[in-house]
Amino acid sequence: MPWLARQMVRLVVVLFCVTLLTYMIVNILPGDVAIVILGSLATPEDIAGLRADLGLDRPMLVRYFDWLGSALSGDLGRSYRNGEPVVQAILDRLPVSLQLMVMAQVIALGIAIPVALLSVRRPGGIFDRISASAAFGFLAMPNFMLGIVLIYLFSVTFDLLPATGFTPMSEGLWDNFESMILPSLTLGLIEWTVLMRVLRSDLLTTLKEDFILLARAKGLPQWRVLLQHALRPSSFTLITILGLNIGGLIGGAVIVEQIFALPGVGRLLLGGIFNRDLILVQGTVAFIAVGFVVINFLVDMLYAVLDPRVRHVRFRS
Amino acid sequence: MSASAAKGAVVAATRPRRRWHWALALPLGWLLLVVFLAITADWIGLPDPSAQELILRRKPPSAEFLLGTDNLGRDMLSRVIYGARTSLIVGICAPILGFLIGGAIGMSAGYFRGKVDMLAVGFIDILLAFPSLVLALTFTAYLGQSLFNVTLALGILSIPAAARVARANTLAWANRDFVLAARTVGASDWRILTREILPNLLPPMFAFWLVAISVIIVAEGALSFLGLGIPAPQPSWGGMIADGREALDVAPYTALIPAAVMFATVLSLNFVGDMVRNMVDPRRSAL
Repeated sequence: MPWLARQMVRLVVVLFCVTLLTYMIVNILPGDVAIVILGSLATPEDIAGLRADLGLDRPMLVRYFDWLGSALSGDLGRSYRNGEPVVQAILDRLPVSLQLMVMAQVIALGIAIPVALLSVRRPGGIFDRISASAAFGFLAMPNFMLGIVLIYLFSVTFDLLPATGFTPMSEGLWDNFESMILPSLTLGLIEWTVLMRVLRSDLLTTLKEDFILLARAKGLPQWRVLLQHALRPSSFTLITILGLNIGGLIGGAVIVEQIFALPGVGRLLLGGIFNRDLILVQGTVAFIAVGFVVINFLVDMLYAVLDPRVRHVRFRS
Repeated sequence: MSASAAKGAVVAATRPRRRWHWALALPLGWLLLVVFLAITADWIGLPDPSAQELILRRKPPSAEFLLGTDNLGRDMLSRVIYGARTSLIVGICAPILGFLIGGAIGMSAGYFRGKVDMLAVGFIDILLAFPSLVLALTFTAYLGQSLFNVTLALGILSIPAAARVARANTLAWANRDFVLAARTVGASDWRILTREILPNLLPPMFAFWLVAISVIIVAEGALSFLGLGIPAPQPSWGGMIADGREALDVAPYTALIPAAVMFATVLSLNFVGDMVRNMVDPRRSAL
């Protein structure tokens, strides 16, 4: 089978297993939905009746395929709590989460790329050592802790930025931006460390190549060698890590949305968990996992487009 | 003669450098202190970490309360130390659980290859397809919150990483001559796996375990911070930071003290983990 077709088959299989696992976790684990809805005082007849209404008396696999069928046509069911369609609830909150993750990623890259370029100018030099220590320190900071520290510094002590709350873009671009700075900084200030380390180590490898020697021999200034010749061929691992880190970013977004009271998908999921709103949790987890798998798939594809060797190496293995 | 000299040179070149840095004394000392206090917490005359004294709420650090008191007037020092116990139990046990299961999966995959390998890699891929915090949240939400369930959920999460490390190392060792020799004299697969390959996996797995401890401590902190980890009266660093957040303007130390303790612990673990990894596997130290 051609490489692309194999990858597509793999994607479909993984997506199938991921949704099945999501369904199983939510449905097999203890805690009967009917009891949750009706409360502990319900009679066994009431519970049996509701279970039949919800279709819970049928075998789990049958229910899974039912659910998968409607999920494929864009219907993830309705929340037990307020009857809101789950898809609608997710789509309403998705822009906030996406904005948070994109801003965090921009901040992370905005720090990582210049720092990596500056530190490979003189490996082992003062800048290199300071940036490596800074990265080591930030790496040891859990995001929930950094978020609290940033609120303490910028909102409580200096009163520069709002501590919590979200202003939608429709109510002013600057207000929206202001409410997103601290949340995205919380994620970005941790994320840059990994990106910087990877890029730095790839840059060091690239700088040993002959074409760099040629560029230097032509008398190009250091910054042109780094920016125009070394950066692009050194960015492959960076792209892979960007894809892999999206999982961590999603987890981070759940926490950060909670700390800063941002109405994103993560907060929707947490609300669903606290309310024991199974349909909502099931739909949201499946949505997040599918999104994550698809993004990683696309990153893999991008990687293969950028570097043809990947296609052949993977095919042989 | 010259052959043995050359061999000596090769051994010297490949032997990991055991760099003992004076700066390591600090993180090691801190970790020893945390572990010591967590073990002896019951015997060093600490007040009950759950005893509330509302008159004494939010007292700043003083001679009576070395680290102050929290929103409900509970002694912070006592809660930080009992919280260390929680973090260490989860941080140490969860990766062990993950390593037992993941290690077995990874070793079988790397040793038997073929279909076993395909199944194992597929299984790992599927577990990795979930953002880990989301999976942990879902597990603890439905299993119910307790120290055991949090450990179980985070243990399951560490299966894929452990399986990958075990698989990669098994692949590297399974082709060595001594494995072939063992097979030639008729050793069973079980014996080869446990007696020939497993001992070689222990150093990299140990280095990885140290890293996993700090990752799991952070993950447990995140779960407890969200209110889905260790249930309320039991102290946990993440939960303390979440409690302290409510009083960030009037009593910031209630959040900043557990945050600082957690930061110091994770930083120390990373330091020590890096050092052990450099000793075990010099190749990876580049990154």
